[in-house]
Amino acid sequence: MSETNGNSKSRLHGLWALTNRELKKWYKAPVIFLLSIIQPILWMGLLGKAMNVGAIFTGTSFMTPDLVGRLQQSLLQRGMPQGQVPLFMGDLGNIFSGLGNSVMTDAFNTTDYFSYMAVGMIAFTALFTTMFSGMSVVWDRRLGFLNKVLSTPVSRAVIISSKVLSATLRSMFQAGLIIAIAVAFGLQFGPNFNLLNILGVFAIMFLICVGLSSVFIAITIRSTRIETPMAVVNLINLPLMFASNAFFPTKFMPDWLQAIAKVNPLTYTTDAVRQLLIFNTDWAQLAVDFTYVGIFAAVASTIGIVMSWRFLTK
Amino acid sequence: MGEEVIKTEGLTKVFNKHLTAVDHVSFSVEQGEIFGFLGPNGAGKTTTINMLITILRPTDGKASVLGFDIAKQNNDVRNVIGVVPQEYTADEDLTGLENILLCADMYGIRRKVAKERAQELLNLVELTDFKDKKVQTFSGGMRRRLELACGLINRPKVLFLDEPTLGLDVQTRTATWNYIRKLKKEYGMTLFMTTHYLEEADALCDRIAIIDHGKIVVIGPPEELKHGLGGDLITLNIKEDVDVTELIQKVEHVKDVKKENGSYRIKAEYGEVTAPFIIEALRKKGHTVTKLSLTEPTLNEVYLEYTGKSMRDAEESREAFAAQRMAMRRAHQ
Repeated sequence: MSETNGNSKSRLHGLWALTNRELKKWYKAPVIFLLSIIQPILWMGLLGKAMNVGAIFTGTSFMTPDLVGRLQQSLLQRGMPQGQVPLFMGDLGNIFSGLGNSVMTDAFNTTDYFSYMAVGMIAFTALFTTMFSGMSVVWDRRLGFLNKVLSTPVSRAVIISSKVLSATLRSMFQAGLIIAIAVAFGLQFGPNFNLLNILGVFAIMFLICVGLSSVFIAITIRSTRIETPMAVVNLINLPLMFASNAFFPTKFMPDWLQAIAKVNPLTYTTDAVRQLLIFNTDWAQLAVDFTYVGIFAAVASTIGIVMSWRFLTK
Repeated sequence: MGEEVIKTEGLTKVFNKHLTAVDHVSFSVEQGEIFGFLGPNGAGKTTTINMLITILRPTDGKASVLGFDIAKQNNDVRNVIGVVPQEYTADEDLTGLENILLCADMYGIRRKVAKERAQELLNLVELTDFKDKKVQTFSGGMRRRLELACGLINRPKVLFLDEPTLGLDVQTRTATWNYIRKLKKEYGMTLFMTTHYLEEADALCDRIAIIDHGKIVVIGPPEELKHGLGGDLITLNIKEDVDVTELIQKVEHVKDVKKENGSYRIKAEYGEVTAPFIIEALRKKGHTVTKLSLTEPTLNEVYLEYTGKSMRDAEESREAFAAQRMAMRRAHQ
C-alpha cells in the first residue's frame, strides 16, 4: 500500500461510494425520481382497478334483466315450483355475490383482487428496477468509467456489488412506496398482519433483488453494446413476469406453464409478500418461500461475483 | 541514469487468438522522465497502456511498474499509478468536486485528506470556480483537466496519459502541455503518455518510442532520433518516368536515396550545398527536376524512416485502421 494514501482501506472500500453514485443519478434527478414514484401508481391503477377481476363475479354483473328472465324461465321449465323461483333481482344478486366471493377466495385466497394484484406489483417493480443494473454496467463500459475504476485498487467484486446494491436499495424503496400507495387505494391486510411483517417484505425484496440484478449483470457483463442485453432482457422479462403468480394464480395455468412458475423465484417472492401482507399467514409456506429465494440470491450473486473476477479484466 | 520505473520485456497482447495488438514490446522508462508512445491509431498504444495500468492481462511477456509485477501484484500497481484515460470518464450527473471525491474513494483515501487534496488539485487545473457545477456543463478542455485532477488524487508516482490532448483545440492543447510539464518539474513525476501528434511528442517527451503494428520500431530522445537520420532531407520529383536512384546516389554527400510514390527521398549532409549538385547531375543526363524541397528532419521524417510511410498517410488509410480498431475494441471489451 502506498504510504501517501489513506489508511481506512478495507476490502470493501469504494462500495458505498460507487453505490451512492448510482443512487444519486436517481434521487438527485427530480424527473427520474418522480417517474419512479408515478410508475407504480400508474401500473396499480391500470392493472388493479381496470382489470377488476372481482367485479366479474360479484355485484351486479350477473343481474341484467335479460339474464334474470332467462334464468327464471329455465328454472320453471325444469319443474321448480312457482313459489321457489327467485323473482327479484336482489335475491339473485345475493346468491351470486356469495358464489362470487367463494370463487374469488378459492382462486386468489382473498376476496379482493386489487390487494392480490398490488402485491404482484412489488415483484414487478423488483424485476424492472434490477433490469437496469445490467444496463448501467454496459453504459459504464461504453463511457470509459468502468476502465477507469478498473485501474484503481477497488476490488472487482465491489464494482459489481455496488450495482447490485444500488438496484436493491432502489427496489426496496419502491416496494415501501407501493405498499403505502396500495394501502391508500384500499389494500386489505390479512388477519394476522402486524408492522413486523413489513420488515419481512423488505427482507424478501432484498433477497430477490440481489438475485435478479446479479442475473442481469451476468447477462450483460461482457457486452459492449446496449442493444444486445436490452433485447435479451426484454425477451425474458415479461414471460418471467407472467409465468409467475404475480397477477394470476398458477393453479389455473396449463401444466407446462405451472412447471415454469414453480421454478420462477418471482412466484416465491410474491407468495411470501402475500403471506406477510394479505393472506392468513401459512408459516410453513413462508419458510419455503424464504429458503427458495435465499438460495436463488446466494447462487446468483456468487455467479455474478465469479464472473466479475473472470470477465472484468481480460 | 535514473532508476527504472516502468520495465517491459516481450510484452504481448493477442486478442481472440489471432489479432496481435502488441507484439513483444520491450522498453523501460526512467524516474522523472516523460516517455511518449508515438504511433498512428490502431498501432497498439492504448493496448500497451491498458496492460500497464492492469486493466488488460498480457498474453505473453512481463512488465513491472515501480517494481510491482503488473500481472501478479496488480493491486500494488493500481495504488501507485494515476490514470488519465482517453475518454471523458467523469460522471456527467455529478459535480466536478463530487467526481474527484468519488475517485478518492476508489483509493480508500479518507474524506478529510481527500477534500484537502481535491482543493489543491482543483487549483492546479484551474477549476476551483466550477467545482460545484455539474460536469455536463463542462467544455472539452475542462473535462480533460478534471480527468487530470482525478488521476492525481492518489498522489501517483507514475502518471499514465492516453492521448491527453485528443480532440482539443490548439489553445487548450498548449495549456495541457503546460500542466504536464509542471507535473514533471514540480512533482518529479514520471509520465507515460501516448499520442499520435508528432509535435506533441516533440514538445513534451524526453524520450519516445515509435510503435507501428504492435512493434516498437525505434526508441530514443526526439533530438537524437532526428539527428540519427544523418543530415537533411531532400525530396525531389523529375519529369521523366525513369529510375534515377543510382544517379543521385553517386553525388557527393548523399547518404541514401529512396523512391516513394514517384518522388525521391534523399538523405544528405549539408543539404543546401548538395541539392544544387544533384540537380546538376540530373540535368547532365537530360532529366528535368520539377519539384524540390529541403527539410531539416522532424519526427515525421523519423517516423517515415522507420515505418516507410508518413504519419499522415498512416492516419489517412482510414478504412484499414478503422477495421482493425473496431476489431480490437470488440475483442478487448
